Amino acid sequence: MMRTLTQPLIILWTALRRIFASPLAGLLNILVIGIALSLPAGMYVLLQNAQGLVAQLSGPQQISLFLALDASQEDIAQLRTQLSRHPAIASVKFVSRNDALEELKQSSGLDDVIAGLESNPLPDAFVIVPKPGSAKSLDELRTALQNMPKVEQAQHDSAWAYKLDALLSFARVAVFILSGLLSLALIAITFNTIRLQILTQRDEIQVAKLIGASNGFIRRPFLFFGALQGLLGGITALLIISTSLLLLQPPLATLSRLYASNFSLQPLSLGDVLSLLLFSVYLGLLGAWLSVSRHLSHVESH
Amino acid sequence: MISFQQVCKRYPGGYEALKSISFNLKKGEMAFLTGHSGAGKSTLLKLIAAIERPTSGIVLVNNQNVGVLKSAAIPYLRRHLGIIFQDHKLLFDRTVFDNVLLPLQICGFDSRESGKRVRAALDKVGLLKQEKINPIALSGGEQQRLCIARAIVNRPSILLADEPTGNLDAEYAQEIMKIFDSFHQVGVTLLISTHDTSVLHDPKIRVIALKHGEIQPPQYDLPPASSGQA
Repeated sequence: MMRTLTQPLIILWTALRRIFASPLAGLLNILVIGIALSLPAGMYVLLQNAQGLVAQLSGPQQISLFLALDASQEDIAQLRTQLSRHPAIASVKFVSRNDALEELKQSSGLDDVIAGLESNPLPDAFVIVPKPGSAKSLDELRTALQNMPKVEQAQHDSAWAYKLDALLSFARVAVFILSGLLSLALIAITFNTIRLQILTQRDEIQVAKLIGASNGFIRRPFLFFGALQGLLGGITALLIISTSLLLLQPPLATLSRLYASNFSLQPLSLGDVLSLLLFSVYLGLLGAWLSVSRHLSHVESH
Repeated sequence: MISFQQVCKRYPGGYEALKSISFNLKKGEMAFLTGHSGAGKSTLLKLIAAIERPTSGIVLVNNQNVGVLKSAAIPYLRRHLGIIFQDHKLLFDRTVFDNVLLPLQICGFDSRESGKRVRAALDKVGLLKQEKINPIALSGGEQQRLCIARAIVNRPSILLADEPTGNLDAEYAQEIMKIFDSFHQVGVTLLISTHDTSVLHDPKIRVIALKHGEIQPPQYDLPPASSGQA
């Protein structure tokens, strides 16, 4: 019992002793890993926020269909049946010109101005919620609606949101590529650190082998070291991101006040934090494992 | 305990270090392995600890064929051996105490039990007072004794020593031989290689003499025959 309990402590102790054997180098390594991780993770946070902003500002997708002023009740009834049968349309809502004027009165506070109008300048309108689809299919639908009889104008209310969304998907792929490259860099850093360690610990490894150390006994501290370095790097990345978000918050609040919006930056979620830490531990472990497999046999055979 | 059956060891490049070696070492027996440097003493000891593998023949340790042992099983073989290296192989990044502790850590002893064992081993070789210092500050003889302490801390049933008195003056060498004798008394199997024939005064102790990789007939058994031939 006691045997199995003390073994992990010895491994922990060996790994920590190796970190503190060269504290500055260890610290710099952790910092490099932290920065490498914080770049894609930070961009991911900004993307998530931008996406939230888009969703908040655009609301549900809809197309407003303004009818010609001379459209009769029959025209309207005919259009309504046509629209409700259209396969790409989820729902249709009719807003009569009178309703529209009422709504305008209430929301704008321009009662006096509106009361002074000779006639209602607003057209009848349909508000159409399309079935979810690509930006292209939405655009095709809008063109089709535009060409219907008695339709003055078909207006896609949140076309810009679609454009922004496309831009965001582009950015997402960029972040993905960046993450991949920096992950490789992280593995390379750990690989090299462990290689140097194995070279410095050469004597210890050889002696330990000669007096009966199993491969596991020799490998485990290095693997643990890799994982620990990854974990500390991940924590550093989280600190960098949180600090950056804190620094960005006040200017963003000013900006958002100027736009009369209550937008604020959302920090990483608990799930994201855990994924980031797990990922960095995994990368550290992988780098260490590759390095140990590659270099330990060289040391052992001499 | 240790048995060689027609063991040959040829190193890459063709050098034949051992040629058809056969001998038996019984449990609790103590033997000296003599011969000039290059006679194959170190190679023979390395074959027992599976540091080298025989080219042909069988090396048995505790009835285990060491020559064909899987590499994963080698650590467990070595834990039953105490090896005293010619070049000590001490670690200078830790104290005397921690050097002796290493074999126990490898076997996974709990720390209280190990502490007791380490101190007992250091006491045995007379280094208990130096337990906290770095071995680099020890004299050659003390380093050799530290190496012995590390080899015995695990209470091995077999002790292998490669030139343990190699660079020591006679007084230190005598001291170390006394330590080995005390292990012999408690039933440890010992195989000690040496080129220093001055330690071979005791006729009761067996001598395995190597010359150019072959075992020489025991000389002290032959005086009448050899004088007749001469």
